[in-house]
Amino acid sequence: MSDHHLPSSELDQEIDAHGVYYRDLNARIRQAVERRPCQRLVLRHVCGQRYIGTGLRSRVRIEIHGTPGNDLGAFMDGPTIVVHGNAQDGSGNTMNSGEIIVHGRAGDITGYAMRGGRIFVRDGVGYRAGIHMKEYGERRPVLVIGGTAQPFLGEYMAGGVVLLLGLNLQASEPHRTVHVGTGMHGGVIYVRGAIEDWQLGREVGRAELEEEDWVLVAQLVHDFAGHFGGDPEAILSAPFVKLFPLYLRPYGNLYAY
Amino acid sequence: MRGTSTRNNPYGDGKVIDACSIFGVMDVTGRPFSGDRAIAAIACMHERGNGLGGGFAVYGCYPDFPDWYALHVMYMEYDVREHVEGYIGGHFQLHLAEPIPTRHVRTISDPPQLWRYFVSTTDHPLAGEEPDDYVVQQVMRINTRFRNAFVFSSGKNMGVFKGVGYPEELAEFYCLDEYRGYIWTAHGRFPTNTPGWWGGAHPFSILDWTVVHNGEISSYGTNRRYLESFGYHCTMETDTEVVAYAVDLLVRRHRLPIEAAASVLSAPLWSHIDRDSSPRSTLLRALRQVYPSLLLNGPFTVIIAHAGEMIGLTDRIRLRPLTAARRGPLVYLSSEESAIRLVDPDLDEVWTPLGGEPIMTRVLAPGEGLPGPQAAVRPLGGGTR
Amino acid sequence: MKSYLASRFVVLRDQERCIQCRVCVRQCGYDVHACDQEAGDVYSSDDRCVGCHRCVVFCPTQALSVRENPLSYRANANWRPEAIEDVLRQAETGGVLLTGMGNDKPYRIYWDHLVLNASQVTNPSIDPLREPMELTTFLGAKPEAVTLDPETGALGTQMPPQVPVDVPILFSAMSFGSISLPAQESLARAAAEAGTLFNTGEGGLHRSLYPFAGNAIVQVASGRFGVDPEYLQAGRMVEIKIGQGAKPGIGGHLPGEKVSAEVAATRMIPIGTDALSPAPHHDIYSIEDLRQLIYALKEATQYSKPVGVKIAAVHNVAAIASGIVRAGADYIAIDGLRGSTGAAPKVMRDHVGIPIELALAAVDTRLRQEGIRHCVSLIAAGGIRNSADVLKAIALGADAVYIATAALVALGCRVCQMCYAGKCSWGIATQNPYLTRRINPAIGARRLANLLRGWSHEIQEMLGGMGINALESLRGNRLHLRAVGLSDSEMRVLGVRPAGE
Repeated sequence: MSDHHLPSSELDQEIDAHGVYYRDLNARIRQAVERRPCQRLVLRHVCGQRYIGTGLRSRVRIEIHGTPGNDLGAFMDGPTIVVHGNAQDGSGNTMNSGEIIVHGRAGDITGYAMRGGRIFVRDGVGYRAGIHMKEYGERRPVLVIGGTAQPFLGEYMAGGVVLLLGLNLQASEPHRTVHVGTGMHGGVIYVRGAIEDWQLGREVGRAELEEEDWVLVAQLVHDFAGHFGGDPEAILSAPFVKLFPLYLRPYGNLYAY
Repeated sequence: MRGTSTRNNPYGDGKVIDACSIFGVMDVTGRPFSGDRAIAAIACMHERGNGLGGGFAVYGCYPDFPDWYALHVMYMEYDVREHVEGYIGGHFQLHLAEPIPTRHVRTISDPPQLWRYFVSTTDHPLAGEEPDDYVVQQVMRINTRFRNAFVFSSGKNMGVFKGVGYPEELAEFYCLDEYRGYIWTAHGRFPTNTPGWWGGAHPFSILDWTVVHNGEISSYGTNRRYLESFGYHCTMETDTEVVAYAVDLLVRRHRLPIEAAASVLSAPLWSHIDRDSSPRSTLLRALRQVYPSLLLNGPFTVIIAHAGEMIGLTDRIRLRPLTAARRGPLVYLSSEESAIRLVDPDLDEVWTPLGGEPIMTRVLAPGEGLPGPQAAVRPLGGGTR
Repeated sequence: MKSYLASRFVVLRDQERCIQCRVCVRQCGYDVHACDQEAGDVYSSDDRCVGCHRCVVFCPTQALSVRENPLSYRANANWRPEAIEDVLRQAETGGVLLTGMGNDKPYRIYWDHLVLNASQVTNPSIDPLREPMELTTFLGAKPEAVTLDPETGALGTQMPPQVPVDVPILFSAMSFGSISLPAQESLARAAAEAGTLFNTGEGGLHRSLYPFAGNAIVQVASGRFGVDPEYLQAGRMVEIKIGQGAKPGIGGHLPGEKVSAEVAATRMIPIGTDALSPAPHHDIYSIEDLRQLIYALKEATQYSKPVGVKIAAVHNVAAIASGIVRAGADYIAIDGLRGSTGAAPKVMRDHVGIPIELALAAVDTRLRQEGIRHCVSLIAAGGIRNSADVLKAIALGADAVYIATAALVALGCRVCQMCYAGKCSWGIATQNPYLTRRINPAIGARRLANLLRGWSHEIQEMLGGMGINALESLRGNRLHLRAVGLSDSEMRVLGVRPAGE
């Protein structure tokens, strides 16, 4: 179902963000969420306002029309943010839980140090997406990228799941990203399409997907298609590779004790 | 008071440290347009600056005098103008001298005196075969010889307008609504020290080369000492200045194509050069071996412009942001996408270049069609970076 | 590979006093002492001894002593024993030399070349035991001026959040992971008792310490370990860690063997994985990015608490600090060349950065020249050893100081510089439960609170001697300092005059 056609209800609110300073906008968002139960908050004419949803602890659904500014959903705990447009740098920075769904592309360090929740990006992402994602117990962050990624995807990755689908690549066109998973010591990266060894960090191993990997990937692809359309089976029919950290302690023998 | 220092580096720090927002827009058909877009866009990134510097470069703004060098000069002291004007009169053919039009803006206090001089070197007995070299030499001489006077723009049919304040305030101050150009670049500055000096704002320029810059270049000491051995005087003690001089050296004096210059400033990693088996790798290797002292190390994004061309370039591991976009004949470069969207919501395409991969746009030759998607990207280093 | 290194210490056991009770065997975290199973004799392996005195202090019959190995090398002003031993160690391992605690090289200690003033005749000194003496310090940004509501005459200015401390001495960042939980709990309890703050370091806040969160500075470092909305909400102040004096420009690395179940839960990472803190925050590559993170944290905490920035003292520290103020920080902590660490490459610790005294003076001077010193609080760190150092720092321009080494020494630390080994016999820099148990947080807190109490009395005495009864009157008051034995250029940077002038 398209996000645009949800029936409006008593629990919907709307803010016109045109020309509103980010601090005022975020104060109004917080107010809207805290003052009365709000299930859905629509922001129109967003243009560069930073920190939307930052530090917000709520189950609200925020729909953004326009281009939100940096640090979208930083430290966020619970909300679902849907961006009808592109997101800039730092989306989901140190995010705790919730979802960010970007109907477009996202910038650098998307999902930096994210420790829970999920981010879906329909198109590509910038440098260092998924850097330092980490997991603990039940909390396992997920970053799904429909397009391709720029270098240093999953740098320092310490946990969680990155799924790179490469849907915007031409047939047989390889991913251009390099230094993938450099410093990776936890988590897993699934890549659909061609990626060569020299594009990977030296701490990264590659393997065929196993049964449990396929289950996870298939689930995420179905969710991706649910957000953005597309045929999950067609997406899944291409080759995938699994990238994993070779060592839990990549720098164990770097030092003289 | 906002502080109108007469020097760029009043505390004698190793170099001036600053950061910022940058924006550029160009019409590849060469058709001039107003500065509305550039001004609104840079104002949209207000949060990235701190009001201690802003500026614009406008190309095609003096269509009535396309063949004369336009010297923009700021005087921080009243008396010095007479001496500098005497010098200019003695070293150039002076065609027109006038104050740069400004209007009162409440937040901009204590501006310097701002004058412009349209000059030429033709037939001048002191100018040699290379008028550009002569102009560079004279600009360097004025800037080092006269205290409290500073030439901040010296190209033909272009001008730099900059100072201490937020960029949108400076646009108002300089009456930029009255100018039209086919390239506009803009800068909002975040210096770490207050006594922002008017000359220390961006763009930095020499001849018609201008640079707006975001980031800090850690190799500044190396770059500066290298350029000084080629006769450049880094009077500003800022890393942006070395970018302008490096481009002047590589492109104008050493006649390298801009793609090659980009591969010097943002050199590909040795491991990438080594993996490339094409003849191009031989060139890349030689460029790195010959110009190691011009590698710009550390985080930077620059928008470099000169007559007919606008170039965006980031450092090789892309530590500073740059978003590019296109709609019809208009090409945009910006620190943030939202600034572009504000002034042009319906873009044909938006993309982010890889680190070290220059985005080059130039005015089309007569009869040449509009470029296709991302045609602006012509990385010399190949598609591996 | 056979090691060519001789042992650093010699353990002396007085066999006449030794009663073979094996206390030393149990106390040593480095397995120096062992018991011969057959003969029942206790003997020592000198080469493992780090000189921490744990066995010496706990030996019931004072049978033990530890000496530096009197081994002589041929005298050489260039190839001193340390240089030779470092080369040997690297030849045997191929590794980066690790060390702990602060720089131990003989760089000039400026505190020892600064002397304080006292009143004689022309103005009276004050008796701090009977007269009022105020040490309370408010940390946080201050507005340019106070405005009154024209109608009511009441305060019109919206004050930014202010955090009071009863003594101008805070416990510097030491994470749970780099130190043990009982050690951190001792700091937390002492901070609460003394009316000051402790700093979580980059390790998150353990569940059991949430009752002390009102006295916690919660740190946000590049790895974002333990950082979630609850943590940010809980702390009294939030600190963005950019760098530390012991290792400016590089990140941190908590080895997997120290990531116990409790450390893992607090940092929110799996047990046993390395906790890597990148050198930079990957959302901060420039000054305007710092502003972005400062305001992200202010948004996340709804502008309810100060957000500060900690940096290492480096060459351009004055310009950097100026930029940090403009980026919106409410306080700046500056950590000097002698600042400590749980683990750092020796080459970084010993060769990178500048002394805190010079950095502090330069920053305070620059911020005043820029007219923004009043906007921000300054905390000086790295090498504060006693109350005189505290007061000299305040006279140079600090609002407060951070102490870490002094606090650990109060808990037993002998500055043996082996923190990275995780075997600390004093139960401080270890996660081994057998060792950490030996710190009782109640007793640890008492030792620390005693230290602060003692220093606080001394500070009051010295202030009274200068005829000052409120600490703020000494802040940046460099006229109460004089230099002894410093060069003109050093005095110029410090902004102090030579003694006698």
